[in-house]
Amino acid sequence: MGHNPETVQQMNETPPIYTNAKKRWVDRMVFLTPFLKNRKALTGLILFFVFIFVAIFAHWIAPYSPANTNFMMSLGPTSKHLFGTTNTGQDIFSEFIFGARTTIVVGFGAGLIATFLGLLIGITAGYRGGWIDSILTFLMNLFLVLPGLALLIVIESYVKNSSPYTNGIIIGLTGWAWGARVFRAQTMSLVNRDFVVAAKMSGKSDLNIMFTEISPNMMSIIAANVIYATLGAVLAESGLAFLGIEDINSISWGTMLYWASQSGAMLTGAWWWIIPPGLGIGLVGLSLVLMNFAIDSITNPRLSSQKRRRHRVKQQSTTTSTSA
Amino acid sequence: MRFILNRLGFFVLSLWAAITINFILPRLMPGNPADIIFAKFQGQLDPASIAAMKKAFGLTDKPMIIQYFEYLRGLLTGNWGLSFGYYPTPVIDIIKHSLPWTIGLVGLATVLAVFIGTSAGIYISWKRQGFLDNTLPLLTMGIQALPYFWVALLFLFVFGFKLNWFPMNHGYDNGLTPEFSWTFFSSVLYHGFLPGITILLGSLSGWLVGMRNNMINTLGEDYVVFAEAKGVSPSRLMFTYAARNAILPQLTSFAIAIGNVVSGSILTEQVFSYPGIGGQLTNAVLLEDFPLIQSSFLLIAVAVLVANLIVDLLYSRLDPRVRTGGITNGS
Repeated sequence: MGHNPETVQQMNETPPIYTNAKKRWVDRMVFLTPFLKNRKALTGLILFFVFIFVAIFAHWIAPYSPANTNFMMSLGPTSKHLFGTTNTGQDIFSEFIFGARTTIVVGFGAGLIATFLGLLIGITAGYRGGWIDSILTFLMNLFLVLPGLALLIVIESYVKNSSPYTNGIIIGLTGWAWGARVFRAQTMSLVNRDFVVAAKMSGKSDLNIMFTEISPNMMSIIAANVIYATLGAVLAESGLAFLGIEDINSISWGTMLYWASQSGAMLTGAWWWIIPPGLGIGLVGLSLVLMNFAIDSITNPRLSSQKRRRHRVKQQSTTTSTSA
Repeated sequence: MRFILNRLGFFVLSLWAAITINFILPRLMPGNPADIIFAKFQGQLDPASIAAMKKAFGLTDKPMIIQYFEYLRGLLTGNWGLSFGYYPTPVIDIIKHSLPWTIGLVGLATVLAVFIGTSAGIYISWKRQGFLDNTLPLLTMGIQALPYFWVALLFLFVFGFKLNWFPMNHGYDNGLTPEFSWTFFSSVLYHGFLPGITILLGSLSGWLVGMRNNMINTLGEDYVVFAEAKGVSPSRLMFTYAARNAILPQLTSFAIAIGNVVSGSILTEQVFSYPGIGGQLTNAVLLEDFPLIQSSFLLIAVAVLVANLIVDLLYSRLDPRVRTGGITNGS
């Protein structure tokens, strides 16, 4: 991130607004290239799109309805039932496919909500400063420190039998703190730059500056945050569903594991019931982590300059500088 | 001193905020909270005892602000209400029995994770591009992307059920009574092994990768290069020159880590039917035992806040720059 010559240039030329927008759009496409260059990131991207594809076309991919209970019970994997059946005669493969839809929608949705809230709170805190900043920073630190899952469980206990989607909204509403903190720091480093000062002098409103001047300059950390928030949301949703706090009749990977452990899949040796949902969650998580490698190389341009100076550091710093 | 006061201030404020969240949440829900909470008791208990429970729980028709102060007073005097699920056991007794289990399990696993992760991070950054350096970070990050409870389920399935190496649930053998003896202690360790390993594996990656990256940055510093050039022995260079400085940023990430670990432990405890407070919280939710839910959450929050405070104070001892105000945002 850091210095952004384009913005400064645009300001000097004062181009009409539409070309401005066009240029930014191209910028965002350029921002995709690291995904294609980095092998890990590409793998992550492909994996992620596979799950998106599955989620969208679940109706066509799944051989049966996930609610259908007319099959033989507790079958191991066969050619008719790729992942076997449950002890109430549901086809696990179909459940898995529809579960992917729930997980992707809930995870991504919650990730977007959390990022948007974080952006709103973080930029406001960084831009306004003063006592607003103090209060918002306290809130951020509070939400960072409180164990998220425990808080979610307590909230869910009052919202009975929530669907996965309500759950996603709640997860999004509580998971903004990390993003807010990063955005606040970034805003503080941007707020005294010339282009912001110029925008202020030209009479732009504060809200306008926050959204058209500051936030476009942190596109890559916003993207990184969406990824992390999504990962967190996927894990949180499946955890809540596994504990049986979500509506147990919904179809999601967490609920599958809830039923598997409730009906003693472990004790009957029904490994085919336990492995797929968890592996699904893990693979979605892995795809997100891998994509983050690419984002990281954009967020942290210093890594590439270090490469030139210090040969020893060369490869590691590009491979594993995530998960900070 | 200023820093310490600052951290103490944050601790007190967040403690107050956690208590207030606990107070406000049930009252935010639509409808009369008392009716929602006591709906499941209609017909089971006579109105007089419901009224008594309402009073004990602080859900009266008095104005909100008075309820709030009564709630605070109840908390301070140890009057936390009676459990609905195990009526009429006082909530505080249930908590007293389950909290040590979680603190023991999470505490031990976290200390081990920090120790193992940090030392492995030092080692692999020293042997850069070695076999371990190329595999360990990726491996641990892969494990971290997996859901905690699923790893726990797999362990339970493989080591508990298939191989029968470890017990499948509970904190100690059913035949034993909690006491200070070697048999009891070893039984606790035996039962705690799988849950502990799950938590350990789940939290290892952050420490390992974090330490490795810090080390790589520190090893590139001029003073390390200079020390190497003047012939400081490798082990001295590794530990007293590089690691000592690289370890500091690790502490700051503790705040976020501990909250996540505790969250993970709630799931792990459920999988292993471990008698800790996380499992208690889950059961309380399923039983709609609201006093127990509130108190469990509060205690989990307090435990995490205290752990944070300790780390913050420790940090200010270790890094004098923090105390003298060189760095403002400490945590």
